[in-house]
Amino acid sequence: MRVPSRILGLALLSLLAAPTADAQQQKSEAGGEIVKRGEYLARAGDCIACHTAPEGRAFAGGRAMPTPFGTLFSSNITPDRDTGIGKWSADDFYITMHRGRFPDGGLIYPAMPFASYTKVTRADSDAIFAYLKSIPPVNQKNREHDLRFPYNNRQLILGWRTLYFSEGEYKPDPSKSAEWNRGAYLVEGLGHCGMCHSPINALGGTSQSDAFKGGLIPMQNWYAPSLTSNREAGLGDWSIKDIVDLLKTGVSARGVVYGPMAEVVHNSLQYLTDEDTKAMAVYLKSIAEPASPPPAATKLPTSESSLLISLGKTVYDARCASCHGAQGEGKPPHWPPLANNQSIEMESAVNAIRMVLNGGYPPSTEGNPRPYGMPPFAGLLSDNEVAAVVSYIRTAWGNRGAPVRAREANELRSAPLN
Amino acid sequence: MAARVEACTPCHGKDGEGTSDVYFPRLAGKPAGYLYNQLLAFKNGRRKYPPMNYLLEYLADPYLQEMAEHFAEQRPPLPASPASDVSQPVMQQGQALVTRGDPARQIPACGSCHGPNLTGMEPGIPGLLGLRPNYVSAQLGAWRYGTRTAKAPDCMQQVAARLTEADVTAVAAYLASRPAPINNAPGQKGAYVLPFACGSQSD
Repeated sequence: MRVPSRILGLALLSLLAAPTADAQQQKSEAGGEIVKRGEYLARAGDCIACHTAPEGRAFAGGRAMPTPFGTLFSSNITPDRDTGIGKWSADDFYITMHRGRFPDGGLIYPAMPFASYTKVTRADSDAIFAYLKSIPPVNQKNREHDLRFPYNNRQLILGWRTLYFSEGEYKPDPSKSAEWNRGAYLVEGLGHCGMCHSPINALGGTSQSDAFKGGLIPMQNWYAPSLTSNREAGLGDWSIKDIVDLLKTGVSARGVVYGPMAEVVHNSLQYLTDEDTKAMAVYLKSIAEPASPPPAATKLPTSESSLLISLGKTVYDARCASCHGAQGEGKPPHWPPLANNQSIEMESAVNAIRMVLNGGYPPSTEGNPRPYGMPPFAGLLSDNEVAAVVSYIRTAWGNRGAPVRAREANELRSAPLN
Repeated sequence: MAARVEACTPCHGKDGEGTSDVYFPRLAGKPAGYLYNQLLAFKNGRRKYPPMNYLLEYLADPYLQEMAEHFAEQRPPLPASPASDVSQPVMQQGQALVTRGDPARQIPACGSCHGPNLTGMEPGIPGLLGLRPNYVSAQLGAWRYGTRTAKAPDCMQQVAARLTEADVTAVAAYLASRPAPINNAPGQKGAYVLPFACGSQSD
């Protein structure tokens, strides 16, 4: 019973507080300034990625988002009065971001990362709202979600919220620097990095204790590596410059972004200021745990894996060495090193297999507008050859990954590409 | 630039000459405008082929233009025409449609837009030589069913909608049987007048 009374309380409070807050906002920040700041923050939150359909108008929604429970369609967040958020107040918008509820109290599916956005400050929420109010309205009705029974019952979200949602703005840690806190605010809040970089359980939730520990992204079949384990994407032994380069340009001396992370750099991270990118890097480097669990033991018998690895070397020398180097040293930043590359060595081999099968380009960014790409080898290599070359790069040059089976390569041939 | 488009080569060949896979088209020598339109269409999802959509999704348009220009400039020799297994009457039907069209069914000759030598015209009309029958059939099928579309007025959709399954087989077989002309460069823009408006051939 506490929930409804809190909503009522908040609504009353907002009614009373709204005019004062607006007046203060206008005094402290001229109209153009707040819109500009809101645009920047909307970039940091990557709103456009989900709220824009392919070939669609910006922020008009309608993008299909496949989930294990059915397909969700993102909503129109342009200021159209009939089909968008034109009738919303700044309070409505803040409640949506902060509490994951529509202005009428309706529950929002947690594909909208409100479990992260709840950490966003009121002032930043207001700025994003001011920006969204300033863009051209688009009259486009929201499409109904297409969810299977029983997931089409929104009341189920209440259970999810009880388990996985804790409401509250970001609380700075006074023992850490202002820069660290700024980074934490961006990573945990608007950046909503935990949406992918945390294990997702069967109920579609992430428990707090598993935050940033990595996981397979549902439906996409890409593995979002742990941001805390140095054996995955933990950045403990990366220099701040390399982290900043990766986030800002998509390429670095240690590796390049690929798969869904290419989208994040393309639409969001490349637009952040040097100060904010560095703050994120400082925070990300700090959350890496000093000690990590030992590598997984190989599931393959030794004789089988040594055959595989020797075939893998033949494939590697013929197909890969010209770019990635005979010793896996690469030619950074455009041809990433494979030796001592966490992305290759980590327990999940999904990403390494998919890169061999599908290839890929890092995104065009201001810092790297004409990226080099990796060719797709799906049509050139058999399942056995893919498994062999991936097993080879996971174990050669001191890499401590485990060999993979041809069946794993075969299964990933049908992984979705978009 | 060759190093930057290395990702294209397993399917399209080192110089865009095509590979042994009959469904992957030759890119070399097609007009840059045509190639750019296709890259944009793959990037935006208008033309659907997931491996292409995936590769291009986050590349900037000016970079795609450069890639298009790179392959447009390549001039590897056209492949020898493969032996065809279609019958003589089918080949003749293909020849009739490609060279004369079928005015009774309002089907223009392929050559009336794609050029008397079928080498296309700058900037947006592709040449039709050096393509395997399977690829041409698959594309004409996609136009007929509306899964491949282009900028309005979408002339290829109008034409393909008037073709039967048998027409498609015949046209694909005849096109693939054509020997390479001495000059396989596309014609200059405005070299001849198109029979009707085409959204891909901008003014």
